[in-house]
Formats: sequence, C-alpha cells, structure tokens
Amino acid sequence: MVIYGIALLGICTLIGLFAGKLLGSWFGIDANVGGIGIAMLLLMYFSNTSNAHFKIGDMSEKGITFWSMIYIPIVVAMAAKQNVIGAIDGGLMALLAGIFAVLVSFIFIPIISNFEKNK
Amino acid sequence: MNSFEDILINNNLITAFVFVGLTVYFAYFISEKLTNGRFHGSAVAIILGLIFAYFSGTLTGGEKGVADIAILSGVGILGGSMLRDFAIVATAYGANFNDLKSSGIAGIFSLFFGVILSFSLGAIVAITFGYDDPKDITTIGAGTVTFVVGPVSGSAIGASSEVIALSIAAGLVKSILVMTMTPLFAKRIGLDNPKSAMVFGGLMGTNSGVAAGLAAVDPKLVPYGAMTATFYTAVGCLLVPSVLFLFIDLMF
Repeated sequence: MVIYGIALLGICTLIGLFAGKLLGSWFGIDANVGGIGIAMLLLMYFSNTSNAHFKIGDMSEKGITFWSMIYIPIVVAMAAKQNVIGAIDGGLMALLAGIFAVLVSFIFIPIISNFEKNK
Repeated sequence: MNSFEDILINNNLITAFVFVGLTVYFAYFISEKLTNGRFHGSAVAIILGLIFAYFSGTLTGGEKGVADIAILSGVGILGGSMLRDFAIVATAYGANFNDLKSSGIAGIFSLFFGVILSFSLGAIVAITFGYDDPKDITTIGAGTVTFVVGPVSGSAIGASSEVIALSIAAGLVKSILVMTMTPLFAKRIGLDNPKSAMVFGGLMGTNSGVAAGLAAVDPKLVPYGAMTATFYTAVGCLLVPSVLFLFIDLMF
C-alpha cells in the first residue's frame, strides 16, 4: 500500500525532527540539531534492513519515491518564496559578505574532498 | 471572473502545483531551446522562481516572494520547510550508507571549517566597512554563516536590530548565490560524487541553498549534502555566540 511508504517516511521525519529538537535544547540553542540528518539515517536503516518481518514492498516504495521525485518542484516553489528583495536591499556590505563566503567556500570544496586521497 | 479567483485561492495548494508545473515546463523549454541543454532545466527553474520572487516582492512589498500574492499563497506551503524537509528525507531512500560512512570525517571537518570560514569572511567584510563594535562584527559574521545564525547570535549577544537585519540580508545573499552559482561551478570543483557533496553541504550549510544547488546538479547527491548541511546551522548557533564572539571580543 502506498500509504505505508508515506507513513514510514512520516515516522522517520517526525522522530528525526523531535530528536533534533531535543538535542538542540540539551545544547541550549534554539535550533534543530541535525533532525533531518537523523531522519535520513532512520529511513536508510529501514530501506537497507534485511529483516524477515519487515520488508518495504513495491507499492510502499512508491509512496517514498514519489516524495523523493517531487523534491525538485518543491525546491522551485521554495525559490519562488524567497525574500530576494531583502537580499538585494541589504546593501553593498551584505552583498559582499555573501559573495565572499560563497566563492571562497567553493574553492575549499575540492581541497577538502581530496584531503584523504593525498595523504 | 471573481469566482474563478476564489477557486484558485480556496484551492491554493493545487494552484501551486499548477504554477510550479508550468514554471518547470517553461524552464526545460528555455534550457533546451536557448542553452541547448547545457544549463540544466532544474537550474533554470530555480532561477525563474527567484526572478518571480523578486518581481512579486516589488509588487507586494512582502517578504515571502510569490506567496504574498493571494492566488499563489499555496506556493508558500509547497515550498515551506514542512514539505521541503519531508522530501529531503525521502531522497535518502536508496542512498548508500557506506558512502556516507567513508566520507564522514571529511564531512564533519568541513562542517566546523565551513562555519568558521564563513564567519571570518563576514567579519572581515564588516571590519573593512568600518564596524568596530565586537557585537556588530560577530552578528554580521553570524549572518554570513546562515540567515538563522545571524539573528540567533545577534539577539543572544545583544546586537542592534539594524545590524541583525543586515546579518539576515548577508545570509539571504549567500543562500541565493549558492542556489544559482552551484550548477555553474559544479564541474570545476568536482561536485559529482557523494564525498564532495558532503563537503559541499558542510561548507555552504544554508539548507535552502544546498537543497537547490544539488537539485540542479544531480538529485542523487542531495541526501549527502543535506546530511551535513542539517548540522550546519546548529554548529553555527553553538560556536558563534560563544567561542567566536569571545575571540572577536578579545581582538577589539
């Protein structure tokens, strides 16, 4: 049943977000600490487990893959609701700070990715 | 005519599906006809989304892009954090656990390095613009980490609301640049495997930027980037108002 997949995805997401919130309050910060990451690990566990009692069927799988495929349209909607004016009106300093951070971070991606290879 | 508008507003989520569907269709058309497929359709769609958000911002004066237009209010739900997070988790289905483990250390390193790097760059820009109050410098640096870390740190250390607004703007600029620039730089920075995606998520950190940037490069990489990015704002909220603020305070 398709809904089993969606429900499993929902369970993983809710548990992850709750765990992230708990972690955040332990650290005393008002932010979700890795909730999505925890949820993803849970879903990966369920999708890789070879338990005889638990197996994600073909139909249930469709409930999960649908959401995974609808991801890009959701991101397009997310882009369409950004406060673009706020970014541009922030002035030169905000623009420069953002530009520097992004460009310099790009430069470090290959450097850190190749770190272990070069050792 | 008014009654049709009512239908669009009352069924705003469905209207949003239609709106996004048409945007994506139009984007793939542009991608194929104008750029010969060199610029990926999803990248074009994201940029179109940002352009629409810009124009509706000038039109309505609101902060939520097209979602401030009544008939497009559903875009706010579709592109809101609830469905975004749900879809990001779904992308982890079928992701390879071993890839995640083997790049774990690089991912964690990039996370801390990324927060400190973005913070330092933001702080340097603030100093060159003549800010000399450690609270202001720290808050602008925090905004350069993400637009969440900016206000969280700013209010924690007691910065003024103008500086907090600036820090949010810096974070927004970063997020939008990551969305649009990632597809342009992807090849040159080797962003084509799970490991570099994890490093990318850790260095950039902004959830929406990483989500959109990777979507436009290769959706298979999304779970790896999202995995590290999900810890980024938290690491920022931990480090900035404490260690990094003390450091800036000692220097000024």
